[in-house]
Amino acid sequence: MASLLEVKDLRTSFLTAAGIVRAVDGVSWDVQEGETVALVGESGCGKSVSALSIMRLVAEPAGRIEAGEVLYKGRDLLKLSEEQMRGIRGREIAMVFQEPMTSLNPVLSIGRQLTEGLEIHLKMTPHEARARAVELLGMVGIPDPQRRLAQYPHHFSGGMRQRMMIAMALACNPSLILADEPTTALDVTIQAQILELMRDLARRLGVAMLIITHNLGVVARYADRVNVMYAGRIIEQAAAGELYANPRHPYTLGLLRSVPRLDEPRRARLDPIQGQPPDLTRLSPGCAFAPRCAYRVERCAEVPPLEDVIPGHRSACWEKLRLVKEKAA
Amino acid sequence: MSEALLEVQNLVKHFPVGAGMFSGPSAVVRAVDDVSFTIRRGETLGLVGESGCGKTTTGRCILQLERPTSGRVLFEGVDLATLGDAALRAMRRKVQVIFQDPYSSLNPRMTIGQILAEPLKVHGIVRDKAKRAARVRELLEQVGLLPQHARRYPHQLSGGQRQRVGIARALAMEPALIVCDEPVSALDVSIQAQIINLLEDLQQRLGLTYLFIAHDLSVVRHISDRVVVMYLGKVVEVADRQALYEDPLHPYTRALLSAVPIPDPALEARREHTVLRGEVPSPLNPPSGCVFHPRCPRAQGRCSAEVPPLREIKPGHRGACHFA
Repeated sequence: MASLLEVKDLRTSFLTAAGIVRAVDGVSWDVQEGETVALVGESGCGKSVSALSIMRLVAEPAGRIEAGEVLYKGRDLLKLSEEQMRGIRGREIAMVFQEPMTSLNPVLSIGRQLTEGLEIHLKMTPHEARARAVELLGMVGIPDPQRRLAQYPHHFSGGMRQRMMIAMALACNPSLILADEPTTALDVTIQAQILELMRDLARRLGVAMLIITHNLGVVARYADRVNVMYAGRIIEQAAAGELYANPRHPYTLGLLRSVPRLDEPRRARLDPIQGQPPDLTRLSPGCAFAPRCAYRVERCAEVPPLEDVIPGHRSACWEKLRLVKEKAA
Repeated sequence: MSEALLEVQNLVKHFPVGAGMFSGPSAVVRAVDDVSFTIRRGETLGLVGESGCGKTTTGRCILQLERPTSGRVLFEGVDLATLGDAALRAMRRKVQVIFQDPYSSLNPRMTIGQILAEPLKVHGIVRDKAKRAARVRELLEQVGLLPQHARRYPHQLSGGQRQRVGIARALAMEPALIVCDEPVSALDVSIQAQIINLLEDLQQRLGLTYLFIAHDLSVVRHISDRVVVMYLGKVVEVADRQALYEDPLHPYTRALLSAVPIPDPALEARREHTVLRGEVPSPLNPPSGCVFHPRCPRAQGRCSAEVPPLREIKPGHRGACHFA
């Protein structure tokens, strides 16, 4: 089975005043044609830097992709020239960012921002591009698209701007969309609208999606497969249903237990993960989650490899089998 | 339990806008439009709604950080608007606030110890310097921090630790009521539960009353005894936690609950989702009649003409809908 995107042992680091930060530290994952994959984790876990690395948008010279391969349709994006890479961004792989206000150009009209990519990537005439822009705005549910083309981002509400971002992402019929916290800045009723829209369009157009989020509920509703990240590494990887039913890493288990849920009876007390999020400049060797982990053993001083628990379900924990037994008990 | 600590009566807050060079006659943002509720001593009242619904402005009016356009805020039976400066200062001790953003609400140039000692000094609560240091240690311990944190600066702490400092600063005043304005929404998921547990522990130990302002319905359900739902400056529903979550009466509350994704793929696949049409209208020009009618799946002719009053539909359960 050929993957659409295959990330192999990707390593990206940043040079900061406090030392080298390994933001992405040897991660491997893939996306198949038409599928929706999630990268989940808390702030600083490396999920956004993973996406930026794929697009080769890591800010140099402080940031550097040190090693690994990003195979898109079999071609390693990390080996392409900047010129060739421009043909990938927006055309083959598009991005939807969290904050639509800062990622749209405030001094260009909505129409211009949509048509620019079409004219450059698809060599459309201004007239053709305009017709396509109207079609795209209609597709993402923006009423009165003709008139909207002449407006500017500040005329749009937050939800409308995110629709506009999605229209831009879809403009050149990409095969893959990287959506980095696409609804985090939006209200819950608007979040539902945008996520439903993205799912419907992705299905209809056969686009694969990588959703980057910290929201476990969003992942449960929209992702086929999930990668959980902690301190720059993937610590668990599984199909969505399997991951939520049988978490095999103490961090995943802790995350799922710590959130109050509307579908369950109210608990007297929440069950948080102890301790503080890791400081990436001062990571101890071994498993980064060990200082907060209830399952810690001596061996955690060594980094646990990401290994199969059952085929397709991998966990990076020395005690993963103890989690299996406990669940069974 | 049933004694009212704070009463908000017909609170209205309008902000005039558009007195600029190019704009025509000035308009008015109806941020809070005739809001009434009571907070009982010892309870946690949840105040939920989406951005722009007026929940934060309501909180700011209670804190007297905004002067209401009309309506009253009674604390222990006293109308706060009638208080002179000295009395208002004394009242401020009893009503404290915890902000959303632990990054911008702590002075970056002060140590944690100084941040906590300052209000003790300013309000003359602890005049002796050595005793102040002891009180700071005690406050740090109460919120789960260590004595050595007193010498650190805010940037040396994590987000969760900073929010603990924000809580300690509120506790320093020995308040009766704490307005918690989105106290966990800027924090990582694994830290949110720690802070929520801490707030609950402190409430039990110190007999605190909370107004918990948030947009996360799962968190509000966990922490609140009663819940007020706001939409576009109005209260649309008020009920006990259980009644509100198990039997929501207002179509907006129902849509909100249905929009929250649940971390369980099997359940999500079965669940029916009511996705609301459209967006929240501008509070500059709110819709006629029921402000929710343009997005309401059950709206009828009457809804655009008549404002539905907030009425008791079941005992202790009030809703503002003609058809609830």
